[in-house]
Amino acid sequence: MSNGQSKLERLLHDGHFVVTAEVGPPQGAAADGIRHHAELLKDVTDGQNLTDNQTAIVRLSSIAAGVHVLAAGGEPIIQMTCRDRNRIAIQSDLLGAWSLGIRNLLCLSGDHQSFGNHPSARNVFDLDSVQLVKMVREMADPGIFQNGEAIAENARPRFFVGAAENPFAEPFAFRVRRLAKKVAAGAQFIQTQAIFDLPRFERWMQMVHDAGLDEKVYILGGICPAKSFGALRYMSKVPGMAVPDALLDRMKGVERKRQAEEGIRIAVETIQRLREIKGVRGVHVMAIMWEEMVPRIVEEAGLLPRPVA
Amino acid sequence: MIVCERKPLSTILESLRSYRKVVIAGCSECVTVCHAGGEKEVALLRDLILLARNDLTVTTEVLTRQCDVEFLEALDGHVEKAECVVSMACGVGVQFLAERYPATWVIPAVDTRFAGGSRQPGTWEERCGLCGDCVLHLTGGICPVARCSKSLLNGPCGGSQGGRCEVGEELSCAWHEIHDRLEKLGRLDLLEVVLPPKDWSRARDGGPRKLLREDVAV
Repeated sequence: MSNGQSKLERLLHDGHFVVTAEVGPPQGAAADGIRHHAELLKDVTDGQNLTDNQTAIVRLSSIAAGVHVLAAGGEPIIQMTCRDRNRIAIQSDLLGAWSLGIRNLLCLSGDHQSFGNHPSARNVFDLDSVQLVKMVREMADPGIFQNGEAIAENARPRFFVGAAENPFAEPFAFRVRRLAKKVAAGAQFIQTQAIFDLPRFERWMQMVHDAGLDEKVYILGGICPAKSFGALRYMSKVPGMAVPDALLDRMKGVERKRQAEEGIRIAVETIQRLREIKGVRGVHVMAIMWEEMVPRIVEEAGLLPRPVA
Repeated sequence: MIVCERKPLSTILESLRSYRKVVIAGCSECVTVCHAGGEKEVALLRDLILLARNDLTVTTEVLTRQCDVEFLEALDGHVEKAECVVSMACGVGVQFLAERYPATWVIPAVDTRFAGGSRQPGTWEERCGLCGDCVLHLTGGICPVARCSKSLLNGPCGGSQGGRCEVGEELSCAWHEIHDRLEKLGRLDLLEVVLPPKDWSRARDGGPRKLLREDVAV
């Protein structure tokens, strides 16, 4: 299964419980923040996701950010959405990304542009995320562009290809079938939406297991530490996110200046619970605008030191 | 039908600023059905314009169809005496008038919004994306191109919750509806197939479209 090119893939293949973390590129052309975060995360995580104009806000490109991470010694996972590029641009950018040394790719539909800072933009959605996964896998094997034309044997991008899945979106019964579609399309790893509702996640994982999908794809559970009660409440209102009332009450019951600590404690507890769930092969920490906390969360979850690939 | 919506009066008045003799052309097809540019709306727009500009001379005519050259002749007499034509038809009608009257300025009074229908008075909903390659037989009669905010062919995305679309609480998630309908019909198997990338060359992406039918040509 492993083609030996992606460190992340090697670790998963060898059975390690992996840790990845999200890095949001800046809304400007300065790269020092990315380099700083790459330095911060490279020894405490096994891969660093570079978001692709997340929430449809213009940011430094994920591929360029990935190159900065690479230069800092990290293991970039670039995200690619279907919102802004057609199949021509996506394939072109991915050839470029591979040529620059990037080996991991996460394929997404992308947040609708109405959420972002250019709501009057036209969207693309020439492909959807399932079709994107399939196209990228076929660029490696059998080595063809989407139109069926061959890519030279020595010039094929062979990404370790991931997709997202949201166990908390609906219709719930269909989420596992959709995961199956992504796996059938060739997804090799999955990073899930942030998990707060553990019983529901466990139900979903049971269905994933019953469908035999945990044997076919590496599933990394999403962790999103909340800085405050307000932040957690905000997340509870984001479409597709589920935060149980009990968790909101727990956070609300903590005095304001201790809420960040509580958020970290919840994240650590969630990781510990996820490690007990069959088929969960790692965690993906999304500490948006709070990347500084990732080393501490990973350490307190007992996941240090990280293995060497 | 093609669903249209009248532009704000201020926009129409601004377009008319340098004219004194105007003809308003309505259409008896879609814009009549969607109450945007039929006989009633033409008369209303005339009155509103005259209230704001008593220096104007306004005549009106409601054509059988502005998207059909054979019905345009009825407007010729009005146009001869006017400085500009205000069309209350869809963008097709506006262009057909502009072609017929090359020396006369034509102003659109409505915005052409979408191909849709009305399920209750006062509400119109988009139903067709005019993609030129219908997939409704695969999706339970619910169009993902027009009704999914991202036109996903393998939806739903992760933003679907409670049957609503992430783009707005007032929008239903087309893929949730597709799922529920296929479930009722016992055809959830259709959702296990990865639908391939669409051939968008049959949509507007392939360039302006033209349809030739020899069997009905004269």
